[in-house]
Amino acid sequence: MQTFDNASSGAIVLSMAERIVENRAYLSEIDGKIGDGDHGVNMAKGFGMAAERLKGKDASLAVSLDTLGTVLMTEIGGSMGPLYGVMFTEFAETIESVEKIDAAAYSKMLHAGLAGIQSIGSAKVGDKTLLDTFVPAVEAFDTATAGGKSFDEALVALVAAAEAGRDSTINLVAKIGRASRLGERSLGVLDAGATSCAIILKELSDGARARLA
Amino acid sequence: MQRFINDPDLVVEDTVKGFVKAHSDIVRLAENPRVVVAKDAPFAGKVGVVTGGGSGHEPAFIGYTGKNMLDAVAVGELFSSPTAKSFHDAIREANGGKGVVVLYGNYAGDNMNVKMAAKLAAKDGIEIATVVANDDVCSAPPEEREKRRGVAGEIFMWKMGGAKAATGASLEEVRATAQKAIDNCRSIGVGLGPCTLPAVGHPNFQIEPGTMEVGIGHHGEPGVRVEKLKTAEEVARDMVKIVLDDHNLPEGTEVAVLVSGLGATPLNELYILNDTIESEISARGLKIVKTWIGNYFTSLEMVGATLTVMALDDELKTLLEVETRCTMAL
Repeated sequence: MQTFDNASSGAIVLSMAERIVENRAYLSEIDGKIGDGDHGVNMAKGFGMAAERLKGKDASLAVSLDTLGTVLMTEIGGSMGPLYGVMFTEFAETIESVEKIDAAAYSKMLHAGLAGIQSIGSAKVGDKTLLDTFVPAVEAFDTATAGGKSFDEALVALVAAAEAGRDSTINLVAKIGRASRLGERSLGVLDAGATSCAIILKELSDGARARLA
Repeated sequence: MQRFINDPDLVVEDTVKGFVKAHSDIVRLAENPRVVVAKDAPFAGKVGVVTGGGSGHEPAFIGYTGKNMLDAVAVGELFSSPTAKSFHDAIREANGGKGVVVLYGNYAGDNMNVKMAAKLAAKDGIEIATVVANDDVCSAPPEEREKRRGVAGEIFMWKMGGAKAATGASLEEVRATAQKAIDNCRSIGVGLGPCTLPAVGHPNFQIEPGTMEVGIGHHGEPGVRVEKLKTAEEVARDMVKIVLDDHNLPEGTEVAVLVSGLGATPLNELYILNDTIESEISARGLKIVKTWIGNYFTSLEMVGATLTVMALDDELKTLLEVETRCTMAL
Protein backbone atom coordinates (compact mmCIF):
# COMPACT_ATOMS: atom_id res chain seq x y z
CA MET A 1 0.00 0.00 0.00
CA GLN A 2 1.38 3.38 -0.99
CA THR A 3 2.04 5.91 1.76
CA PHE A 4 4.08 9.05 2.32
CA ASP A 5 5.88 10.17 5.37
CA ASN A 6 4.37 12.91 7.53
CA ALA A 7 7.58 13.91 9.35
CA SER A 8 9.63 14.59 6.21
CA SER A 9 6.94 16.20 4.05
CA GLY A 10 6.71 19.69 5.52
CA ALA A 11 8.42 21.05 2.41
CA ILE A 12 5.16 20.52 0.51
CA VAL A 13 3.75 23.52 2.35
CA LEU A 14 6.81 25.59 1.41
CA SER A 15 6.39 24.82 -2.29
CA MET A 16 2.67 25.52 -1.99
CA ALA A 17 3.52 28.93 -0.55
CA GLU A 18 5.96 29.52 -3.42
CA ARG A 19 3.26 28.80 -6.01
CA ILE A 20 0.80 31.13 -4.29
CA VAL A 21 3.37 33.93 -4.07
CA GLU A 22 4.27 33.39 -7.75
CA ASN A 23 0.60 33.72 -8.64
CA ARG A 24 0.08 36.90 -6.60
CA ALA A 25 -0.58 39.14 -9.61
CA TYR A 26 -2.56 36.50 -11.52
CA LEU A 27 -4.95 35.79 -8.63
CA SER A 28 -5.48 39.49 -8.02
CA GLU A 29 -6.17 40.05 -11.69
CA ILE A 30 -8.86 37.36 -11.78
CA ASP A 31 -10.32 38.68 -8.55
CA GLY A 32 -10.31 42.22 -9.93
CA LYS A 33 -12.69 41.24 -12.71
CA ILE A 34 -15.53 40.43 -10.32
CA GLY A 35 -14.16 41.12 -6.85
CA ASP A 36 -11.99 43.85 -5.47
CA GLY A 37 -8.69 42.55 -6.79
CA ASP A 38 -6.89 41.77 -3.56
CA HIS A 39 -7.09 37.98 -3.47
CA GLY A 40 -3.54 37.47 -4.70
CA VAL A 41 -2.19 40.18 -2.43
CA ASN A 42 -3.79 38.73 0.69
CA MET A 43 -3.01 35.11 -0.18
CA ALA A 44 0.62 35.90 -0.97
CA LYS A 45 0.91 37.83 2.27
CA GLY A 46 -0.43 34.96 4.37
CA PHE A 47 1.37 32.12 2.61
CA GLY A 48 4.58 34.16 2.48
CA MET A 49 4.37 34.86 6.19
CA ALA A 50 3.82 31.17 6.96
CA ALA A 51 6.77 30.21 4.75
CA GLU A 52 9.00 32.65 6.65
CA ARG A 53 8.04 30.96 9.90
CA LEU A 54 8.66 27.48 8.50
CA LYS A 55 11.90 28.00 6.60
CA GLY A 56 14.78 25.94 7.99
CA LYS A 57 12.54 24.34 10.62
CA ASP A 58 12.27 20.95 8.88
CA ALA A 59 8.76 20.66 10.32
CA SER A 60 6.41 17.76 9.61
CA LEU A 61 3.54 18.13 7.16
CA ALA A 62 1.06 18.31 10.05
CA VAL A 63 3.01 21.03 11.85
CA SER A 64 3.55 22.97 8.62
CA LEU A 65 -0.15 22.84 7.75
CA ASP A 66 -1.02 23.96 11.27
CA THR A 67 1.38 26.89 11.05
CA LEU A 68 -0.08 27.91 7.70
CA GLY A 69 -3.66 27.60 8.96
CA THR A 70 -2.93 29.57 12.10
CA VAL A 71 -1.21 32.39 10.19
CA LEU A 72 -4.11 32.63 7.75
CA MET A 73 -6.65 32.68 10.54
CA THR A 74 -4.88 35.16 12.79
CA GLU A 75 -3.13 37.44 10.29
CA ILE A 76 -5.25 37.43 7.14
CA GLY A 77 -8.81 38.61 7.38
CA GLY A 78 -11.33 38.85 4.59
CA SER A 79 -13.14 35.65 3.67
CA MET A 80 -10.10 33.68 2.60
CA GLY A 81 -8.27 33.98 5.92
CA PRO A 82 -10.89 32.14 7.93
CA LEU A 83 -11.89 29.71 5.16
CA TYR A 84 -8.40 28.51 4.27
CA GLY A 85 -7.33 28.94 7.90
CA VAL A 86 -9.96 26.48 9.07
CA MET A 87 -9.21 24.14 6.17
CA PHE A 88 -5.49 23.90 6.90
CA THR A 89 -5.87 23.59 10.67
CA GLU A 90 -8.42 20.81 10.12
CA PHE A 91 -6.00 19.11 7.70
CA ALA A 92 -3.29 19.36 10.35
CA GLU A 93 -5.42 18.04 13.17
CA THR A 94 -6.50 14.99 11.18
CA ILE A 95 -3.00 13.83 10.28
CA GLU A 96 -1.28 15.01 13.48
CA SER A 97 -0.67 11.52 14.85
CA VAL A 98 -0.42 9.70 11.51
CA GLU A 99 3.15 8.66 10.77
CA LYS A 100 2.61 7.20 7.30
CA ILE A 101 -0.18 8.86 5.37
CA ASP A 102 -2.13 6.44 3.18
CA ALA A 103 -5.07 7.08 0.87
CA ALA A 104 -7.58 6.59 3.69
CA ALA A 105 -5.84 9.14 5.93
CA TYR A 106 -5.53 11.56 3.01
CA SER A 107 -9.24 11.28 2.29
CA LYS A 108 -10.07 11.77 5.96
CA MET A 109 -7.90 14.88 5.96
CA LEU A 110 -9.64 16.34 2.90
CA HIS A 111 -13.08 15.67 4.35
CA ALA A 112 -12.17 17.32 7.66
CA GLY A 113 -10.96 20.43 5.79
CA LEU A 114 -14.13 20.52 3.74
CA ALA A 115 -16.31 20.15 6.83
CA GLY A 116 -14.38 22.98 8.48
CA ILE A 117 -15.04 25.29 5.54
CA GLN A 118 -18.71 24.37 5.49
CA SER A 119 -19.02 25.02 9.22
CA ILE A 120 -18.21 28.73 8.82
CA GLY A 121 -19.25 29.49 5.25
CA SER A 122 -22.64 28.96 3.71
CA ALA A 123 -21.68 28.29 0.07
CA LYS A 124 -22.78 25.27 -1.89
CA VAL A 125 -21.35 23.66 -5.02
CA GLY A 126 -22.38 25.79 -8.00
CA ASP A 127 -22.18 29.11 -6.12
CA LYS A 128 -18.88 29.99 -7.86
CA THR A 129 -16.56 29.56 -4.90
CA LEU A 130 -13.59 27.42 -3.92
CA LEU A 131 -16.05 24.60 -3.18
CA ASP A 132 -16.49 24.14 -6.93
CA THR A 133 -12.85 23.05 -6.98
CA PHE A 134 -12.69 21.31 -3.63
CA VAL A 135 -15.84 19.16 -3.63
CA PRO A 136 -15.35 17.45 -7.02
CA ALA A 137 -11.66 16.95 -6.20
CA VAL A 138 -12.47 15.06 -3.00
CA GLU A 139 -15.19 13.08 -4.79
CA ALA A 140 -12.80 12.10 -7.57
CA PHE A 141 -10.23 10.95 -5.04
CA ASP A 142 -12.75 8.85 -3.12
CA THR A 143 -14.23 7.38 -6.31
CA ALA A 144 -10.77 6.39 -7.54
CA THR A 145 -9.78 4.66 -4.32
CA ALA A 146 -13.17 2.98 -3.99
CA GLY A 147 -12.68 1.68 -7.53
CA GLY A 148 -9.43 0.02 -6.54
CA LYS A 149 -7.08 2.69 -7.94
CA SER A 150 -3.75 3.25 -6.20
CA PHE A 151 -3.06 6.28 -3.98
CA ASP A 152 -0.94 7.68 -6.81
CA GLU A 153 -3.70 7.28 -9.40
CA ALA A 154 -6.27 8.72 -7.02
CA LEU A 155 -4.09 11.82 -6.53
CA VAL A 156 -3.88 12.27 -10.29
CA ALA A 157 -7.67 12.03 -10.49
CA LEU A 158 -7.98 14.56 -7.66
CA VAL A 159 -5.83 17.16 -9.42
CA ALA A 160 -7.66 16.69 -12.73
CA ALA A 161 -11.04 17.08 -11.02
CA ALA A 162 -9.84 20.15 -9.09
CA GLU A 163 -8.75 21.84 -12.31
CA ALA A 164 -11.95 20.90 -14.12
CA GLY A 165 -13.90 22.24 -11.14
CA ARG A 166 -11.94 25.47 -11.21
CA ASP A 167 -12.69 25.85 -14.94
CA SER A 168 -16.37 25.15 -14.33
CA THR A 169 -16.61 28.42 -12.40
CA ILE A 170 -16.25 30.35 -15.69
CA ASN A 171 -19.80 29.36 -16.55
CA LEU A 172 -21.25 29.96 -13.13
CA VAL A 173 -23.07 32.99 -11.73
CA ALA A 174 -21.71 33.95 -8.32
CA LYS A 175 -24.22 33.27 -5.55
CA ILE A 176 -22.20 34.27 -2.52
CA GLY A 177 -19.54 36.74 -1.46
CA ARG A 178 -18.74 40.05 -3.08
CA ALA A 179 -18.98 38.76 -6.65
CA SER A 180 -22.59 37.68 -6.05
CA ARG A 181 -23.59 41.34 -6.13
CA LEU A 182 -22.78 41.23 -9.84
CA GLY A 183 -25.34 38.58 -10.74
CA GLU A 184 -25.10 37.66 -14.43
CA ARG A 185 -22.14 39.98 -14.83
CA SER A 186 -20.02 37.41 -12.96
CA LEU A 187 -20.36 34.96 -15.87
CA GLY A 188 -17.36 34.28 -18.09
CA VAL A 189 -14.73 34.80 -15.40
CA LEU A 190 -12.89 32.30 -13.22
CA ASP A 191 -13.52 32.50 -9.50
CA ALA A 192 -10.36 33.57 -7.70
CA GLY A 193 -10.97 31.31 -4.69
CA ALA A 194 -11.62 28.31 -6.92
CA THR A 195 -8.38 29.13 -8.74
CA SER A 196 -6.24 29.39 -5.62
CA CYS A 197 -7.87 26.23 -4.27
CA ALA A 198 -6.81 24.35 -7.41
CA ILE A 199 -3.24 25.56 -6.92
CA ILE A 200 -3.28 24.44 -3.28
CA LEU A 201 -4.74 21.00 -3.99
CA LYS A 202 -2.36 20.44 -6.91
CA GLU A 203 0.72 21.34 -4.87
CA LEU A 204 -0.41 19.22 -1.96
CA SER A 205 -1.23 16.22 -4.13
CA ASP A 206 1.80 16.49 -6.44
CA GLY A 207 3.96 16.82 -3.33
CA ALA A 208 2.41 13.69 -1.88
CA ARG A 209 2.86 11.78 -5.17
CA ALA A 210 6.53 12.68 -5.36
CA ARG A 211 7.03 11.22 -1.89
CA LEU A 212 5.00 8.02 -2.22
CA ALA A 213 6.75 4.83 -1.22
CA MET B 1 -3.34 59.08 -9.29
CA GLN B 2 -0.76 60.49 -6.91
CA ARG B 3 -0.91 59.39 -3.29
CA PHE B 4 0.62 60.06 0.08
CA ILE B 5 1.80 56.57 0.95
CA ASN B 6 5.02 54.92 2.03
CA ASP B 7 4.56 51.27 1.17
CA PRO B 8 1.37 50.02 -0.52
CA ASP B 9 1.43 46.97 1.74
CA LEU B 10 1.62 49.08 4.91
CA VAL B 11 -1.17 51.53 4.20
CA VAL B 12 -3.35 50.26 7.04
CA GLU B 13 -0.53 50.11 9.61
CA ASP B 14 0.55 53.65 8.77
CA THR B 15 -3.02 54.95 8.83
CA VAL B 16 -3.72 53.53 12.27
CA LYS B 17 -0.42 54.82 13.64
CA GLY B 18 -1.15 58.36 12.48
CA PHE B 19 -4.74 58.16 13.70
CA VAL B 20 -3.81 57.09 17.20
CA LYS B 21 -1.11 59.77 17.44
CA ALA B 22 -3.59 62.47 16.46
CA HIS B 23 -6.35 61.34 18.78
CA SER B 24 -4.63 60.03 21.89
CA ASP B 25 -7.09 62.06 23.97
CA ILE B 26 -9.93 59.88 22.66
CA VAL B 27 -8.49 56.51 21.69
CA ARG B 28 -5.65 54.14 22.41
CA LEU B 29 -4.16 51.23 20.52
CA ALA B 30 -4.66 47.75 21.97
CA GLU B 31 -1.81 45.30 22.30
CA ASN B 32 -3.08 44.01 18.95
CA PRO B 33 -2.15 46.88 16.58
CA ARG B 34 -5.27 46.11 14.56
CA VAL B 35 -7.59 47.08 17.40
CA VAL B 36 -8.43 50.69 18.30
CA VAL B 37 -10.01 51.20 21.73
CA ALA B 38 -11.81 54.11 23.40
CA LYS B 39 -9.29 55.67 25.76
CA ASP B 40 -10.81 54.60 29.07
CA ALA B 41 -12.53 51.39 27.91
CA PRO B 42 -13.56 48.93 29.16
CA PHE B 43 -16.20 50.51 31.35
CA ALA B 44 -17.22 48.30 34.25
CA GLY B 45 -20.92 47.55 34.29
CA LYS B 46 -21.54 48.87 30.76
CA VAL B 47 -22.29 46.71 27.74
CA GLY B 48 -19.30 46.87 25.41
CA VAL B 49 -19.99 48.07 21.87
CA VAL B 50 -17.72 46.78 19.12
CA THR B 51 -17.49 46.95 15.37
CA GLY B 52 -14.89 46.24 12.75
CA GLY B 53 -14.44 46.26 9.03
CA GLY B 54 -12.05 46.71 6.18
CA SER B 55 -9.96 49.88 5.99
CA GLY B 56 -10.25 52.49 3.27
CA HIS B 57 -13.57 53.81 4.60
CA GLU B 58 -12.11 56.39 6.98
CA PRO B 59 -13.29 57.94 9.15
CA ALA B 60 -15.23 54.66 9.43
CA PHE B 61 -14.70 52.53 11.36
CA ILE B 62 -12.00 53.80 13.73
CA GLY B 63 -13.25 57.39 13.74
CA TYR B 64 -16.35 56.34 15.66
CA THR B 65 -14.38 54.94 18.58
CA GLY B 66 -14.96 56.95 21.72
CA LYS B 67 -17.19 57.79 24.62
CA ASN B 68 -20.86 56.82 24.17
CA MET B 69 -20.11 55.33 20.75
CA LEU B 70 -17.83 52.38 20.02
CA ASP B 71 -15.63 50.93 22.75
CA ALA B 72 -13.36 49.01 20.39
CA VAL B 73 -12.91 48.59 16.65
CA ALA B 74 -11.23 45.75 14.75
CA VAL B 75 -9.25 47.01 11.77
CA GLY B 76 -8.96 45.00 8.55
CA GLU B 77 -6.85 45.36 5.43
CA LEU B 78 -8.14 47.76 2.79
CA PHE B 79 -11.65 46.61 1.85
CA SER B 80 -11.09 43.31 3.63
CA SER B 81 -12.62 42.01 6.86
CA PRO B 82 -10.51 42.10 10.04
CA THR B 83 -9.33 38.73 11.28
CA ALA B 84 -11.34 36.71 13.77
CA LYS B 85 -8.47 37.35 16.18
CA SER B 86 -8.82 41.13 15.83
CA PHE B 87 -12.60 40.95 16.37
CA HIS B 88 -11.94 38.71 19.38
CA ASP B 89 -9.35 41.10 20.80
CA ALA B 90 -11.71 44.04 20.24
CA ILE B 91 -14.43 42.17 22.15
CA ARG B 92 -12.05 41.55 25.03
CA GLU B 93 -10.95 45.18 25.13
CA ALA B 94 -14.58 46.31 25.26
CA ASN B 95 -15.72 43.81 27.86
CA GLY B 96 -16.82 45.55 31.05
CA GLY B 97 -18.43 42.42 32.44
CA LYS B 98 -21.92 43.07 31.12
CA GLY B 99 -21.56 41.46 27.71
CA VAL B 100 -20.47 42.84 24.36
CA VAL B 101 -22.56 43.66 21.30
CA VAL B 102 -20.88 43.46 17.89
CA LEU B 103 -22.52 45.80 15.36
CA TYR B 104 -21.15 45.16 11.89
CA GLY B 105 -21.96 45.19 8.19
CA ASN B 106 -23.32 42.35 6.08
CA TYR B 107 -20.29 41.09 4.15
CA ALA B 108 -19.19 37.48 3.75
CA GLY B 109 -15.81 37.95 5.43
CA ASP B 110 -17.15 39.95 8.36
CA ASN B 111 -19.90 37.40 8.93
CA MET B 112 -17.36 34.58 9.14
CA ASN B 113 -14.80 36.39 11.25
CA VAL B 114 -17.37 37.71 13.71
CA LYS B 115 -18.86 34.23 14.01
CA MET B 116 -15.46 32.76 14.84
CA ALA B 117 -14.62 35.61 17.21
CA ALA B 118 -17.93 35.18 19.03
CA LYS B 119 -17.07 31.51 19.58
CA LEU B 120 -13.67 32.44 20.99
CA ALA B 121 -15.20 35.12 23.22
CA ALA B 122 -17.81 32.68 24.50
CA LYS B 123 -14.93 30.47 25.63
CA ASP B 124 -13.63 33.45 27.63
CA GLY B 125 -17.04 33.61 29.29
CA ILE B 126 -18.05 36.86 27.55
CA GLU B 127 -21.70 37.09 26.59
CA ILE B 128 -22.02 38.20 22.95
CA ALA B 129 -24.85 39.61 20.86
CA THR B 130 -24.60 40.67 17.22
CA VAL B 131 -26.46 42.95 14.85
CA VAL B 132 -25.76 42.86 11.11
CA ALA B 133 -26.38 46.04 9.15
CA ASN B 134 -28.20 45.73 5.84
CA ASP B 135 -29.31 49.24 4.95
CA ASP B 136 -28.13 49.38 1.31
CA VAL B 137 -31.37 49.35 -0.66
CA CYS B 138 -29.91 48.58 -4.08
CA SER B 139 -27.86 45.55 -3.05
CA ALA B 140 -30.87 43.20 -2.98
CA PRO B 141 -34.63 43.40 -3.47
CA PRO B 142 -36.91 43.99 -0.44
CA GLU B 143 -37.87 40.31 -0.19
CA GLU B 144 -34.19 39.45 0.23
CA ARG B 145 -33.36 42.16 2.74
CA GLU B 146 -31.12 39.78 4.68
CA LYS B 147 -28.76 39.81 1.68
CA ARG B 148 -28.35 43.57 1.60
CA ARG B 149 -24.99 45.13 2.42
CA GLY B 150 -24.37 47.37 5.36
CA VAL B 151 -23.29 50.89 4.46
CA ALA B 152 -23.47 54.34 6.07
CA GLY B 153 -26.52 53.37 8.14
CA GLU B 154 -24.01 51.52 10.30
CA ILE B 155 -23.05 54.89 11.77
CA PHE B 156 -26.59 55.40 13.05
CA MET B 157 -26.59 51.82 14.36
CA TRP B 158 -23.36 52.51 16.29
CA LYS B 159 -24.69 55.83 17.55
CA MET B 160 -27.88 54.25 18.88
CA GLY B 161 -26.17 51.13 20.25
CA GLY B 162 -23.47 53.21 21.92
CA ALA B 163 -25.94 55.69 23.38
CA LYS B 164 -28.20 52.92 24.65
CA ALA B 165 -25.26 51.13 26.27
CA ALA B 166 -24.31 54.42 27.97
CA THR B 167 -27.68 54.46 29.73
CA GLY B 168 -26.69 51.26 31.55
CA ALA B 169 -29.03 49.08 29.47
CA SER B 170 -28.64 45.31 29.35
CA LEU B 171 -26.99 43.44 26.48
CA GLU B 172 -30.37 42.40 25.09
CA GLU B 173 -31.71 45.96 25.33
CA VAL B 174 -28.66 47.36 23.52
CA ARG B 175 -28.92 44.70 20.85
CA ALA B 176 -32.62 45.38 20.33
CA THR B 177 -32.10 49.14 20.04
CA ALA B 178 -29.21 48.75 17.58
CA GLN B 179 -31.32 46.31 15.57
CA LYS B 180 -34.22 48.75 15.52
CA ALA B 181 -31.89 51.55 14.44
CA ILE B 182 -30.58 49.64 11.43
CA ASP B 183 -34.04 48.31 10.57
CA ASN B 184 -35.12 51.96 10.45
CA CYS B 185 -32.30 52.91 8.05
CA ARG B 186 -32.25 52.85 4.26
CA SER B 187 -29.27 53.98 2.19
CA ILE B 188 -28.22 54.44 -1.41
CA GLY B 189 -24.95 55.29 -3.08
CA VAL B 190 -24.27 56.93 -6.42
CA GLY B 191 -20.79 56.57 -7.93
CA LEU B 192 -19.21 58.95 -10.41
CA GLY B 193 -15.65 57.65 -10.39
CA PRO B 194 -13.83 54.46 -9.29
CA CYS B 195 -11.21 53.86 -6.61
CA THR B 196 -7.92 51.96 -6.56
CA LEU B 197 -6.38 49.73 -3.92
CA PRO B 198 -2.76 50.96 -3.73
CA ALA B 199 -1.36 47.41 -3.72
CA VAL B 200 -3.37 46.54 -6.84
CA GLY B 201 -2.47 49.74 -8.63
CA HIS B 202 -5.40 50.14 -11.01
CA PRO B 203 -9.13 50.68 -10.47
CA ASN B 204 -11.00 47.40 -10.26
CA PHE B 205 -14.08 48.82 -11.86
CA GLN B 206 -14.77 51.60 -14.32
CA ILE B 207 -17.31 54.34 -14.55
CA GLU B 208 -17.27 55.74 -18.06
CA PRO B 209 -16.97 59.53 -18.27
CA GLY B 210 -20.39 61.10 -18.59
CA THR B 211 -22.09 58.23 -16.74
CA MET B 212 -22.90 57.32 -13.15
CA GLU B 213 -23.58 54.10 -11.28
CA VAL B 214 -26.83 54.32 -9.31
CA GLY B 215 -26.85 52.06 -6.26
CA ILE B 216 -23.08 51.55 -6.11
CA GLY B 217 -21.67 49.74 -3.07
CA HIS B 218 -18.96 50.81 -0.68
CA HIS B 219 -16.31 48.84 -2.56
CA GLY B 220 -17.55 49.67 -6.03
CA GLU B 221 -20.06 46.84 -6.15
CA PRO B 222 -22.24 47.54 -9.18
CA GLY B 223 -25.51 49.26 -8.64
CA VAL B 224 -28.90 48.77 -10.18
CA ARG B 225 -28.15 50.78 -13.30
CA VAL B 226 -25.55 52.78 -15.14
CA GLU B 227 -26.94 55.91 -16.68
CA LYS B 228 -26.02 59.26 -18.11
CA LEU B 229 -24.78 61.73 -15.52
CA LYS B 230 -27.59 64.10 -14.59
CA THR B 231 -27.81 67.34 -12.66
CA ALA B 232 -27.41 67.24 -8.88
CA GLU B 233 -31.08 68.00 -8.53
CA GLU B 234 -32.11 65.01 -10.64
CA VAL B 235 -29.63 62.71 -8.89
CA ALA B 236 -30.77 63.81 -5.45
CA ARG B 237 -34.41 63.37 -6.38
CA ASP B 238 -33.65 59.86 -7.61
CA MET B 239 -31.72 58.99 -4.44
CA VAL B 240 -34.57 60.13 -2.22
CA LYS B 241 -37.10 58.26 -4.34
CA ILE B 242 -35.17 54.97 -4.20
CA VAL B 243 -34.63 55.24 -0.44
CA LEU B 244 -38.13 56.34 0.51
CA ASP B 245 -39.99 54.05 -1.89
CA ASP B 246 -38.26 51.18 -0.12
CA HIS B 247 -38.76 52.71 3.32
CA ASN B 248 -42.48 53.33 2.99
CA LEU B 249 -42.79 55.64 6.00
CA PRO B 250 -46.10 57.10 7.12
CA GLU B 251 -46.51 60.84 6.67
CA GLY B 252 -45.36 62.81 9.67
CA THR B 253 -42.54 60.40 10.53
CA GLU B 254 -39.50 62.11 11.99
CA VAL B 255 -36.21 61.20 10.34
CA ALA B 256 -32.48 61.74 10.65
CA VAL B 257 -30.53 62.23 7.42
CA LEU B 258 -26.89 61.47 6.64
CA VAL B 259 -25.30 62.56 3.37
CA SER B 260 -21.77 61.22 3.06
CA GLY B 261 -19.14 61.70 0.41
CA LEU B 262 -17.38 58.60 -0.89
CA GLY B 263 -13.88 60.09 -0.67
CA ALA B 264 -13.19 62.36 -3.62
CA THR B 265 -16.34 64.41 -3.86
CA PRO B 266 -15.95 67.92 -2.46
CA LEU B 267 -18.21 68.97 0.39
CA ASN B 268 -19.87 71.72 -1.60
CA GLU B 269 -21.35 69.13 -3.94
CA LEU B 270 -22.83 67.31 -0.96
CA TYR B 271 -24.53 70.52 0.05
CA ILE B 272 -25.81 70.96 -3.49
CA LEU B 273 -27.30 67.46 -3.30
CA ASN B 274 -28.77 68.17 0.11
CA ASP B 275 -30.58 71.24 -1.14
CA THR B 276 -32.81 68.94 -3.16
CA ILE B 277 -32.68 66.00 -0.72
CA GLU B 278 -34.14 68.16 2.03
CA SER B 279 -36.94 69.52 -0.15
CA GLU B 280 -37.82 66.09 -1.51
CA ILE B 281 -37.96 64.44 1.91
CA SER B 282 -40.06 67.28 3.30
CA ALA B 283 -42.35 67.17 0.27
CA ARG B 284 -43.19 63.59 1.20
CA GLY B 285 -44.50 64.77 4.54
CA LEU B 286 -41.54 63.58 6.59
CA LYS B 287 -40.00 65.76 9.27
CA ILE B 288 -36.20 66.02 9.28
CA VAL B 289 -35.00 66.28 12.87
CA LYS B 290 -31.32 66.48 12.06
CA THR B 291 -29.00 66.25 9.05
CA TRP B 292 -25.33 65.34 8.94
CA ILE B 293 -23.24 66.15 5.88
CA GLY B 294 -19.61 65.27 5.37
CA ASN B 295 -17.20 62.48 4.65
CA TYR B 296 -18.58 60.07 7.24
CA PHE B 297 -18.10 56.77 5.42
CA THR B 298 -15.83 56.79 2.38
CA SER B 299 -14.45 54.35 -0.18
CA LEU B 300 -10.84 55.43 -0.72
CA GLU B 301 -10.96 58.06 -3.47
CA MET B 302 -14.24 57.06 -5.02
CA VAL B 303 -16.21 59.96 -6.46
CA GLY B 304 -19.79 59.86 -5.31
CA ALA B 305 -22.15 60.20 -2.40
CA THR B 306 -24.49 58.20 -0.22
CA LEU B 307 -27.80 59.10 1.37
CA THR B 308 -29.08 57.43 4.53
CA VAL B 309 -32.49 58.10 6.05
CA MET B 310 -33.30 56.76 9.51
CA ALA B 311 -36.85 56.82 10.83
CA LEU B 312 -37.00 57.95 14.44
CA ASP B 313 -39.28 56.94 17.27
CA ASP B 314 -39.26 58.44 20.76
CA GLU B 315 -36.43 56.22 21.97
CA LEU B 316 -34.17 56.82 18.97
CA LYS B 317 -34.89 60.54 19.08
CA THR B 318 -33.84 60.69 22.73
CA LEU B 319 -30.71 58.62 22.06
CA LEU B 320 -29.80 60.91 19.18
CA GLU B 321 -29.26 63.64 21.78
CA VAL B 322 -26.72 61.65 23.80
CA GLU B 323 -23.39 63.38 23.49
CA THR B 324 -20.55 61.39 21.95
CA ARG B 325 -16.86 61.96 22.09
CA CYS B 326 -15.17 60.48 19.05
CA THR B 327 -13.25 62.02 16.16
CA MET B 328 -16.42 62.09 14.08
CA ALA B 329 -18.89 63.33 16.65
CA LEU B 330 -22.49 62.53 15.86
